[in-house]
Amino acid sequence: MGSVTATVAPPTHTNVTRWFRTFGAIVASGFRRQATYRQAAVAGVVTNTVFGFLRCYIFLAVAGAAGTVAGYDRAQLATFVWAGQGLLAVILLWGWTDLADRIRTGEIASDLLRPVHPVTSYLATDLGRAGFAALSRLLPPVLIGPLFFDVYLPRRWATVALFALSVLVAVVLCFGCRFLVNATAYWLQDVRGAMILWTLGSGVLAGLYFPLRFLPEWLQLVLWYATPFPSLFQTPLDVLVERDPAPTQVGLVGLQVAWAVLILAACRLVQRRAERRLVVQGG
Amino acid sequence: MAETLAEPARPAEADRASGGLAAYRALLRAQARSQTAYRTSFVVDLVGNVGATVFDVVTVLVLFGVTTELGGFTLREALVIVGISSFAFATADLLVGNIERLPRYVRTGLFDAVLVRPLGALPQLLLMDLPLRKVSRALFGLAVLVVAVTSAGIDWTPGRLALVVVAPVAAVVFFGAVFVTTATVSFYWIDSGELANSVTYGGRDFTSYPITVYDGWFRALFAYGMGFAFVSYHPALALLGRADPLGLPAWVGWTAPGVALVAAAVAAVAWRVGIRHYRSTGS
Repeated sequence: MGSVTATVAPPTHTNVTRWFRTFGAIVASGFRRQATYRQAAVAGVVTNTVFGFLRCYIFLAVAGAAGTVAGYDRAQLATFVWAGQGLLAVILLWGWTDLADRIRTGEIASDLLRPVHPVTSYLATDLGRAGFAALSRLLPPVLIGPLFFDVYLPRRWATVALFALSVLVAVVLCFGCRFLVNATAYWLQDVRGAMILWTLGSGVLAGLYFPLRFLPEWLQLVLWYATPFPSLFQTPLDVLVERDPAPTQVGLVGLQVAWAVLILAACRLVQRRAERRLVVQGG
Repeated sequence: MAETLAEPARPAEADRASGGLAAYRALLRAQARSQTAYRTSFVVDLVGNVGATVFDVVTVLVLFGVTTELGGFTLREALVIVGISSFAFATADLLVGNIERLPRYVRTGLFDAVLVRPLGALPQLLLMDLPLRKVSRALFGLAVLVVAVTSAGIDWTPGRLALVVVAPVAAVVFFGAVFVTTATVSFYWIDSGELANSVTYGGRDFTSYPITVYDGWFRALFAYGMGFAFVSYHPALALLGRADPLGLPAWVGWTAPGVALVAAAVAAVAWRVGIRHYRSTGS
């Protein structure tokens, strides 16, 4: 029989169509699961809107009379803030502890018995969740912002497609980061420490508190190349507001893809390592 | 201490008061013991909590890295506003912020257990998980406030010396009142958790900047509708001896304690009405 863990490749030849069908079904169930929390979505939109106003006014004040700061004009800043408030719930920077909870309670055992790799099935669920969030959480702030502020609309058609791709990659990358943070539960009993570090680091280093372009040039380079954080949040928004010429935009998204591949590979590696030492308690 | 809790309520009023105090002390001591039981976790929590406030201050410094004035205020002046706001929010969050958990207590039915005990419901809730880890945050806020007021070149008079002590305390009371008032919404709407955040954390962000950066009905609503202008902006103007660019007279800065008392009264009424409205979820 050998190993029964899901990460070991099944002996028979994999049927690609069936794989996609399974993946699609998990995505759909992730979408439906989120759709049941409608009140929470409304409360979330109100909060995003309040913070949209706050951040937008503050960044506009930073632009001041000159009207530009760090390469953004006033309209670009407004779009950055309002699209960012919507994007926050789509990539889901904070508040995901599903995997850590299941590891702690031992329920992870049933995930390991399934014929789908845990990283794949959790990713599929997360894509479904992000899909619902794109409708319920991204759209409202993007529609509310322009009612009160002059916003910037993309001038190049390619930007719209590139933005959609960039958001998708950001969701996958953010999922990978969250998976890694949660997976520390395999080794640590209490993931709170890892979770706190992630919450703190991701907020400020991803560009949520202020656009990272406000920082000195050398620090920006370090952040973009040495950490995945700017690729989570700042990059999709910079693409949307056309902060850079088209070739740079493509380059930024390429960097994002590289980080996503790297982090997902790390997820699979960590999962493989964890399964070798995991002892599920209880009966 | 367990005996004190188990003893039946005695008829004499004075005895009951001292018994109540002893019970509260026992609750507090038990909390302190349980929270510091896992040393490493507690230290990680202390560090993690200070991080959030540190980044709020770092954000202000970064913004002033790309501009020399924000809403007509220099960095030194703005730091006085940030200092009052950070200290007051962190301290109120330490003392009263726990009330955020009320929705969970209502949903799980734990609130029923709280109500049948012969102690006040509000003090019990606050002491039940007094988050000692947040002490680090309050101390950091205090440090920022001290540095800010000593480096802002304030022309010290006896009145201003009194104000520099009274205003932050009033701000703590104000934020505490905001925490309690917003939490009472969950008596009517259980899933309101994030909605409360928009006023509590939104209020913190709002009071971290001179209100001149905001505009229109949004400023009117937060600054004077909810009273957040009296937390840090007007007291800071009075300390700095600056006229209000928005035209309110100089004495407004001295009304902060009065506004805080009004807010506390509103919170008390909201709490009483909320408790009376409360119907158990039955779970």
